[in-house]
Amino acid sequence: MDREVIVFKDVWVSYDGLHILKEINLVVKDHDFLGVIGPNGGGKSTLLKTILGLVKPTKGEIKVFGDTPHNSRKDVGYVPQYSLFDPNFPITVWDVVLMGRMGHTGLLKRYSEKDKKAALDALKTVEMLEYRDWQIGSLSGGQQQRVFIARAVVGDPKLLLLDEPTTGIDTVMRDEFYEMLEKLKAKMAIVMVSHDIGAVSVLVDKIACLNHTLYYHNSKELTPEDLDAAYQCPVDLIAHGVPHRVLKKH
Amino acid sequence: MMELLHYEFVRNAIAAGILASIACGIIGVYVVVKRIVFISGGIAHASFGGVGLGYYLGINPIFGVLPFSIASALSMGLVSKRSKIPEDTAIGILWALGMSIGIIFVSLTPGYAPDLMTYLFGNILTVPFSDVLLMLTLDTVIILVVYSFYKEFLALCFDEEFTEVLGVPAERLYLVLLCLIALTVVVLIRVVGIILVIALLTIPAALSRQFTADLKKMMMLSILFGAVFSIGGIWLSYLFDVPSGATIVLVMSLVYLVHSLVGGSGSKEQFE
Repeated sequence: MDREVIVFKDVWVSYDGLHILKEINLVVKDHDFLGVIGPNGGGKSTLLKTILGLVKPTKGEIKVFGDTPHNSRKDVGYVPQYSLFDPNFPITVWDVVLMGRMGHTGLLKRYSEKDKKAALDALKTVEMLEYRDWQIGSLSGGQQQRVFIARAVVGDPKLLLLDEPTTGIDTVMRDEFYEMLEKLKAKMAIVMVSHDIGAVSVLVDKIACLNHTLYYHNSKELTPEDLDAAYQCPVDLIAHGVPHRVLKKH
Repeated sequence: MMELLHYEFVRNAIAAGILASIACGIIGVYVVVKRIVFISGGIAHASFGGVGLGYYLGINPIFGVLPFSIASALSMGLVSKRSKIPEDTAIGILWALGMSIGIIFVSLTPGYAPDLMTYLFGNILTVPFSDVLLMLTLDTVIILVVYSFYKEFLALCFDEEFTEVLGVPAERLYLVLLCLIALTVVVLIRVVGIILVIALLTIPAALSRQFTADLKKMMMLSILFGAVFSIGGIWLSYLFDVPSGATIVLVMSLVYLVHSLVGGSGSKEQFE
């Protein structure tokens, strides 16, 4: 049986009396690729941040690899939302990727040969090795996103969390980006948050819809009622071909 | 200018200028790339409380500034990270609070407070050798800490949340960085004074950023810029008999503005 990677048990997150996440119950297992869709402000990023231990639940319990989120950070890779960094920051692609090894290297130590080898491999995986000496802001949006994926996987995570990874990427880059995720899928469980329903439906094995409450049936299907409840208005779903439908025929 | 080097006060001034450039060259780069100019200004101004404390206790005011600037760095860091008060509001309040404490201590001190203006506006020509030694010690501490935490500080400045996610104690490192700013303030006070410290913390680093996209090279360059400007400023202030601190800042600001207007626009394309 596949190991349980993430377990949410009746998790609530409230901030200033406002419930961001309500009664979340969720299990993600090894090799799962879960897509989380939902309206903006519905708590998608907060959900990822609780898995990372950046946000503490007000109520309920979260286990990541059977331990607290805080203690499991070494096994989790994270690609934060695009545009959160200063594009003029004086840092090279190489240093950005190496940064992802820091949890393994430890305080007060220089990066080891092993760290450098891992950074080299990660850059190869995302096909960005030739850009290693470029300043991060001089790359295109799609290239930057690849570098951030490399930074997330360089520490050999067993779980990868992606927050709106396709923002700021053009369509061609987006397809390449999804091919890359296909490759990573074999090695780790992935949770991807996105408002791009079409894209999510092509890639993921399981899908959930989040608008403070989580609508999830441990499958790739959502009922029209789920979507209406989550978005509070009828949602047009454009599925990419029959095998990738989000909705059952109805 | 060579004959000036026979005077001890000139040698001290030049040593102080170079030591100040080292501190502000290294720490200024972090201040600029992490965009914490305002909190740095806050730490510098709040340190005036330490000057007042020093006068009140009858000790060298620098020894009042040292603990006071560390305390203001820690309180600003903690209040802005942990309380619900918006960061800039918290900094503004602590900034003014520190200065008020200083003013009250000075007024409680019997008699006239000599050299008070020196601490506000700096006077590199009156730096005693004992202060040069203190600056050397603080520079050493700054270099050792930055050398030890170089990769962590880089990550912290680039992406604080991600650093936390990596399992690195980001908040504690941020507080360490603020303490280093506090130490730099102590180093700089004698040179340009509390009011003008922020210029030395930002201008050399901001200027060096227009020439390189590498953090280490930025540090080297800003140390060099700082040293050239300080010594140039000392010389000009001697020639025209005007205050040295203000002259140093004036020279720096003019060079920065001219370079930004004339050549600075090309800096972005350089990396593309």
